[in-house]
Amino acid sequence: MSLLEARGVSHYFGGLCAVDDFNLTLEPGELMGIIGPNGAGKTTIFNLLTGVYRAGKGSIRFGGAELIGKTPHQITAMQISRTFQNIRLFKDLSVLDNVRIAHYSQIAYRPLEAVFHVGRYRREERRIINRSMELLAMLKIDHLATETADNLPYGLQRRLEIARALAVGPELLLLDEPAAGMNPNEIDQLMELIGWIRRQFDLTILLIEHQMKLVMGICERLLVLDFGATLAEGSPHEIQNNPKVLEAYLGEEPVG
Amino acid sequence: MIPMIQNSWKKTAGQRWLMPVLVVAGLGTSFAVPEYALFNKYIQLVMMYVGINIILTVSLNLVNGYMGEFSLAHAGFMSIGAYTAALLTMRVLPVMDHPWLFPLAVMAGGLAAGFFSLLVSVTSFRIRGDYLAIITLAFLMIVKSVIENIDYLGGPRGLPGIRKLTTLPWTYFWVVFSVWVIRNFVYSKYGRGVLAIREDEIASELMTVNTQRVKILTFAVSAFFAGVAGALFAHVLQFISPRVFDIIKTTDILIMVYLGGIASIGGSILGAVLFTVLLELLRPSNTAAILAFLPDVIFNPVNQHFIQHLGVWRMVIMPLLLVLLMLFRPHGIMGLKEFSWFIPRLDLEAGHPAAPEDNIHEPA
Ligand SMILES: Nc1ncnc2c1ncn2[C@@H]1O[C@H](COP(=O)(O)OP(=O)(O)OP(=O)(O)O)[C@@H](O)[C@H]1O
Ligand SMILES: [Mg+2]
Repeated sequence: MSLLEARGVSHYFGGLCAVDDFNLTLEPGELMGIIGPNGAGKTTIFNLLTGVYRAGKGSIRFGGAELIGKTPHQITAMQISRTFQNIRLFKDLSVLDNVRIAHYSQIAYRPLEAVFHVGRYRREERRIINRSMELLAMLKIDHLATETADNLPYGLQRRLEIARALAVGPELLLLDEPAAGMNPNEIDQLMELIGWIRRQFDLTILLIEHQMKLVMGICERLLVLDFGATLAEGSPHEIQNNPKVLEAYLGEEPVG
Repeated sequence: MIPMIQNSWKKTAGQRWLMPVLVVAGLGTSFAVPEYALFNKYIQLVMMYVGINIILTVSLNLVNGYMGEFSLAHAGFMSIGAYTAALLTMRVLPVMDHPWLFPLAVMAGGLAAGFFSLLVSVTSFRIRGDYLAIITLAFLMIVKSVIENIDYLGGPRGLPGIRKLTTLPWTYFWVVFSVWVIRNFVYSKYGRGVLAIREDEIASELMTVNTQRVKILTFAVSAFFAGVAGALFAHVLQFISPRVFDIIKTTDILIMVYLGGIASIGGSILGAVLFTVLLELLRPSNTAAILAFLPDVIFNPVNQHFIQHLGVWRMVIMPLLLVLLMLFRPHGIMGLKEFSWFIPRLDLEAGHPAAPEDNIHEPA
């Protein structure tokens, strides 16, 4: 069974059709990319998948369950997790607390245990602190655990966003322009990191990216979006040679 | 969460035994003061006001500081607690013969206030910022006018003849209990959810935080302790009326919160102590006594034009203090910082390499 199945999803902002009849099937373990010019509707698709916006039309099934109509926290607790195009960390909180917060749905204690610090409270907090530190260590930012998130350099903030997204315990990870603002050297490291977490956590990954080096380097399948409509779908090689895609990108960054 | 203090955890970790010692010493003092008349009745009264204000401030900080909302409803919750508890001790519970029933009445006051907090928290699902401030203001005014129109509650004339059941030890007990519970709440997944909501509500949802649940719980805990404080207040004052719990009362609590500092329990305690003492010093008789050292040429005009009108001046001075605070020191005395004593060990040490003298960190 496919992991994610979107059928005929459309979304309007007022009169603007941001996403038009969007279809997508993701098999477990795939790494797929969404590309397209600015304003094509890529981020809107992530927002529809995670329940930030409620799709007006269509259906989105994840592991067989319908997502449309669920709240974001319900959807993410079903193990879909994401990062943001414009970094959205909890800036004034510590690096560690950023990751701890993302464990919310996995912490078993209830309100009365929380207000009296009894029952499962201590065990659960210890478990989550240890898990969070492990995640930070995997991303090589554990030495910054007590630092305020806002004080991290840009590249490490992006890393922390990935750590936080992994803390949700995702099956499906959505990365919104993870390489934005990075230099070629950092992009190489990021590609390596994405490949590594994919294997380590057994992830299915859907990523949005403008950086063609990254997209062509690691994605197995690509979907091209333009003005909300799906222009083409196929392997990177097919996409690179698709005349419609070349036309849409004319005046944009050349593909390849 | 509180980097400055956390970085110094090693220095303070050794003094953690001080906290329980202080709590027990405080309990002893709270019994000794009335028993041996260590201070006069007036000072004992002020001590109880300090305690009640600590409860009010720490609990409002949960919503206005940690969550970053601007609620004006706190005096409303206080009045719900005050009326509920007063009715119970006057007309239902036989407290005359069984004074130990008093904490039940206080608890009931808290629960009633907590129940009515649903009206505010459910609106806060969709509404934030200025709009929530307006809604909580409306809530405050509705509570007031509902009470004014119920004869059973004494209407606008109020409810006289409440027994003086609030003692210094009871006040102390409730202060410790509320500070402890709120601190526990703050250092739990719900408390982290509250902070996350303040930072970025959408991102919190996307990190699995059930923001509606967190808001309901936070408003409920906050209102519960406002109700507790109201119940204690009613049984010190021995008379309550809707006017006691108006916007001025809310303003006082706001000043204490922002004076002490947002998102800080230690700050709230400081803010409540400073403000309450300042308020008492601004009473004409106290101010006159303090300034009595001045030569008559200066004292007499100051007394005539200022001190004798302090009751009115207060209405100018206090709101002005709030405005100045928000402008020049929006984070208050210790906003976003915490005494390490208030931070649970687990949180204090989290993220630091394991200290040699403890075994908190299990082998990975
Ligand atoms: N909340 C919103 N309200 C109204 N219009 C919106 C909203 N969010 C996005 N849009 C519009 O929808 C369209 C798609 O936006 P979206 O952010 O999905 O594009 P994108 O493909 O992610 O672009 P970029 O590469 O610049 O990130 C754009 O025209 C945008 O202006
Ligand atoms: Mg985008």
